[in-house]
Amino acid sequence: MNTVAEAAVQALGLVASADSKLVGIVLLSLRVSLAAVVFGCLIGLPLGAAIAVNEFRGRRALIVILNGLMGLPSVVVGLFVYLLLSRAGPLGSWGILFTPTAMVIAQTILITPTIAALSRQVVADAWHEYREQLRSLGETRLGAATTLLWDLRFSLTTIVLAGFGRAASEVGAVMIVGGNIDGVTRVMTTTIALETSKGDLPLALGLGFILLSIVLALNAGAYVVKETAQRRYG
Amino acid sequence: MRLDNMRAPNSLLPLRLDGVGFAVGARRIIQGVSARIDAGPRTVILGPNGAGKSVLLRLCHGLLAPTAGTIAWNSPELPGGPRRQAMVFQRPVLLRRTALGNVTYALKLSGVARGECEERAQEALRKVGLDAQADHAARVLSGGEQQRLALARVWALRPEVLFLDEPTASLDPGATHEIENIILALHAAGTKIVLVTHNLGQAHRLGDEILFLHQGRLVERAPADLFLKHPASPEAARFLEGELPW
Repeated sequence: MNTVAEAAVQALGLVASADSKLVGIVLLSLRVSLAAVVFGCLIGLPLGAAIAVNEFRGRRALIVILNGLMGLPSVVVGLFVYLLLSRAGPLGSWGILFTPTAMVIAQTILITPTIAALSRQVVADAWHEYREQLRSLGETRLGAATTLLWDLRFSLTTIVLAGFGRAASEVGAVMIVGGNIDGVTRVMTTTIALETSKGDLPLALGLGFILLSIVLALNAGAYVVKETAQRRYG
Repeated sequence: MRLDNMRAPNSLLPLRLDGVGFAVGARRIIQGVSARIDAGPRTVILGPNGAGKSVLLRLCHGLLAPTAGTIAWNSPELPGGPRRQAMVFQRPVLLRRTALGNVTYALKLSGVARGECEERAQEALRKVGLDAQADHAARVLSGGEQQRLALARVWALRPEVLFLDEPTASLDPGATHEIENIILALHAAGTKIVLVTHNLGQAHRLGDEILFLHQGRLVERAPADLFLKHPASPEAARFLEGELPW
């Protein structure tokens, strides 16, 4: 218990003194996960909306697969991207294995199904309500998907944050494709895993505090935005 | 603008329904409805709950396709072109934008030039008495205001035909009165009105002619005054007796 308490005090010291190594790790984590969220949204939101407002063969199967992919294990994604990017793999010539770019690709693959599946559900519920009105006004399906995404922007922030939370907190994929190289691809989660196994609890705990605080702060922010917007726009 | 539309040789109306039927599985909701809906008089589709009034309206507006018979406009809208008919629903569906934004959205969809949209939207809001609420969020307006906004939205579009599906069903008498006045003004401006209601008072106030629907069939069609005083069919007579007078 004493060890933990001492580690916690030291961890807070590291955070308070803005230790440069720690800051570097935090910034890289944010950069990678935010980039993954941006790409995940660019693909996932239109995909979810398109599936919600269109009827086509195999739609149900696609929805089931998409929902299933929400539970995609991050190590499996890591392995898949590793095989893709390794020297012998089809994209080996890119030479981006063990770089932050590879980590962004892995996290994007990991969270896009989550963003697409959840946004499909939200848009489909709204489509049920808006459908006749939008068709009456002469809106196309493509236009309807865009209109709905904008109209549901406040509900969708929660989904985007869920995506960010998943990306920022996963360790398996970034460990495999990033390699946890000090100063290059070391992010919060891989550092926590490594330092814990090494017994350097202060750094691991300090990063744990920061990771938790970021996720909590973002969720609190999103909650406030959503509440305010709902009061204002109904 | 109205006069231009009325002079146009390629008017949407008349609308011809020939043996129209609509079934979901084995359940027939509309059966063998044949009618011609002409420009001019305010047409009220009247009938008890479950008579198929709303479905018939959606069939006319093109939101549903008939499973039997044909529905033909005199000069149909061009596919992908601006809509020349509009519909107001029982519960207005408004976007999470300002009142003005909801009207300009519809105008942009119908191909009105960007520069003209705002002015036309403001004018429509003025006509329904919502100019002071132009910048208010549409979905937090009161029920009556929301329905007036839905009417402003269609008014801005200047449709040749307006379908209304029980537009005052969930409103209090004051709001109902306002909505009815707007409908009368829209008609006076040259828009053909086709209104669904089960309310006899409303049919009396707004209808020039009545199409009485019962169990999915068009049972009777008559001028409103005549229908409400001397219904020809036993179904209509029973309906008039059962409904509370205005």
